[in-house]
Amino acid sequence: MSASMLDGTTSLRGTADPDRTAAQIGAAINVEQHPLDQIIRAERMPHIWCPGCGIGVAMRAYAQAILDFKFPVDDHVVVSGIGCSGRVAGYMNIDSYHTTHGRAIPFALGLKLANPKLVVTVFSGDGDLVAIGGNHLIHAARRNVDLKVICVNNFNYGMTGGQAGPTTPLGARATTTPYGNPELPFNLPYLLAASGANYVSRWTTLHVRQVKEDILYTFAKPGFTFIEVLAPCPVGFGKSNNIEDGLEEMELYRQRCVLATDGDVRAEELDIDLREERPIYVGRFIDRDRAPYQPVVIHAPGGAKEG
Amino acid sequence: MSTKRVRTGQHFMSGDHACAEGALAAGCRFFGGYPITPSTEVAEHLARRLPEVGGVFIQMEDELGSIASVLGASAAGARAMTATSGPGLSLMLENLGLGVILELPIVIVDVQRGSPSTGLPTMPGQADIMQARWGSHGDYEIVAYAPWSPQEMFDLTIQAFNVADRFRVPVLLMADEVVGHMVERVEIPDADQIECWSRKRPEQPPNGSFAPFEAGEDLVPPMVHAGEGYRIHYTGLTHDEHGYPDMSAETHHRLVTRLVEKVRRNADQFTRVEGYHLEDARIVVVAYGCTARSARRAVRLARRQNIPVGLLRLVSIWPFADEALRQLVPDDATFIVTEMNLGQISREVERVVRRPVRGVFHAGGAMISPEPILQAIQEAAQ
Repeated sequence: MSASMLDGTTSLRGTADPDRTAAQIGAAINVEQHPLDQIIRAERMPHIWCPGCGIGVAMRAYAQAILDFKFPVDDHVVVSGIGCSGRVAGYMNIDSYHTTHGRAIPFALGLKLANPKLVVTVFSGDGDLVAIGGNHLIHAARRNVDLKVICVNNFNYGMTGGQAGPTTPLGARATTTPYGNPELPFNLPYLLAASGANYVSRWTTLHVRQVKEDILYTFAKPGFTFIEVLAPCPVGFGKSNNIEDGLEEMELYRQRCVLATDGDVRAEELDIDLREERPIYVGRFIDRDRAPYQPVVIHAPGGAKEG
Repeated sequence: MSTKRVRTGQHFMSGDHACAEGALAAGCRFFGGYPITPSTEVAEHLARRLPEVGGVFIQMEDELGSIASVLGASAAGARAMTATSGPGLSLMLENLGLGVILELPIVIVDVQRGSPSTGLPTMPGQADIMQARWGSHGDYEIVAYAPWSPQEMFDLTIQAFNVADRFRVPVLLMADEVVGHMVERVEIPDADQIECWSRKRPEQPPNGSFAPFEAGEDLVPPMVHAGEGYRIHYTGLTHDEHGYPDMSAETHHRLVTRLVEKVRRNADQFTRVEGYHLEDARIVVVAYGCTARSARRAVRLARRQNIPVGLLRLVSIWPFADEALRQLVPDDATFIVTEMNLGQISREVERVVRRPVRGVFHAGGAMISPEPILQAIQEAAQ
């Protein structure tokens, strides 16, 4: 740090030279490249996410896990559907596919089966993966196809302005449930456990380290894996449900999250209701070794060799 | 039966099986599908055959997933296909649009049955023709073929893969139940005699300056596959030449225009028609698929009565063969269009010849027999 910075003459809000332009100030601050710039499309920043949104935290964990993993970066592929979390594909500096609403998983399945050396991650939101894409989600888990799913769950449709979805808690308000949500939500770990996934966990955007470690773990875990990351959506879900801002929801996570380990909480009990004074269980719920999906290969004479 | 990829020789084979063999001969390595009559035999045959040649067969949970998996496999570099019928095509139209905008080469086989809705599952129809052209939302051009025999189910499946790869477009094979289930002689050539148009691939190695959606004069950008180090971004949003979303009217117009022009400008390389007795024809019957078989019979019978009639068979139906129709047919000819729907391709013929045409239509369920077509020819000759 230079002496001039210490005495405040080049601070961003410095008063020493009020005529300096923002560009001059920017040029004076020599910011080194961020360690994640190699794996994030820095030229596409700023991103579209709102202040207080949790998606960036989950994306950061994913980016760090790619760098920490033993495979070359270029073997990683990310596939997203539609929605705020679906925009992750556009910000990751790897081969990235921003597909249609709900269809990220079958698109990713095609990529993985056509080129098995790829590490294929599906990064999308709860509405995309569980509502319109719900059928693909449960069948990919049933097949136990080798896909790594990161599902950011912010309890509503954020991109379209805060409508209720299949994860919106009973009674919660959304623009399409002005009198409170009359429907029961999915308990995602329970759903994925029943469907056959090899690995199921839940964290929040408060658990940055655990999310990163879990993504890293699932890269090496064969079969279908599913990480649910609870995330604040202050302008969508938060605003309608008296959660002031992203920080308040993070504080709520801090107070209520209880680590469930060693099967001490049954999957049926993993329901979430942010408005009630009840624990939000987080942790690794399923870690098993059902056989991953493998396409049938018949090595018939004269068959496989030929072009 | 041989487990070779290309079963060179003479066969007695159904159209659906010939389609599957054509896919294998074209180098198809991935099939994602969902069972539906009358296309199921394509899937069943490939379920047995693809594992023999190192390919992947997967039965998906629905047609939405089927076409998505096929697009993903194509993005990874595989020649990939699905097969369905009308109800399944309806579900696939969503991601047909994704294939158009991502420029992913895939082949979709629609063995048409009586419709709308569940309709007549085991009986023929030709009423998905306009759906194939316009079904997905937005402006785009589509390439589609209409085989009239098991031999063409084989040949045109190969052609469909070639056009898909060369121009980076989804291609439809609009078959029908008659042609799919009919068993006829199918001749499969030697493997080295099978024409293969490959994908245009980037010439420069991965580096920061590469714009993956920058197209040359043919409007087809070179295709990058997953895992090659280009770190490419594909999005169904309107995107610029770098593949990044760009929400501007200018970029949108430029992209959509290129996607449409890519097909229109190159159409002479893949539109195909066949003429029978057109040289001196005063009356022209236009037909495609199984209906063209009855139309040919009707034309032969009419010729025996010295009626100057010919047949224009549409081998490709989309893009419509405007030029061929203008060039092959005399200006003042009388047109009869016969098809197993209540008038779809007839509108295209009317658009091109700029006058009303006679229609021999049937809603489907059974092949149109030669008699009503012959009768229409006789009426036109009076």
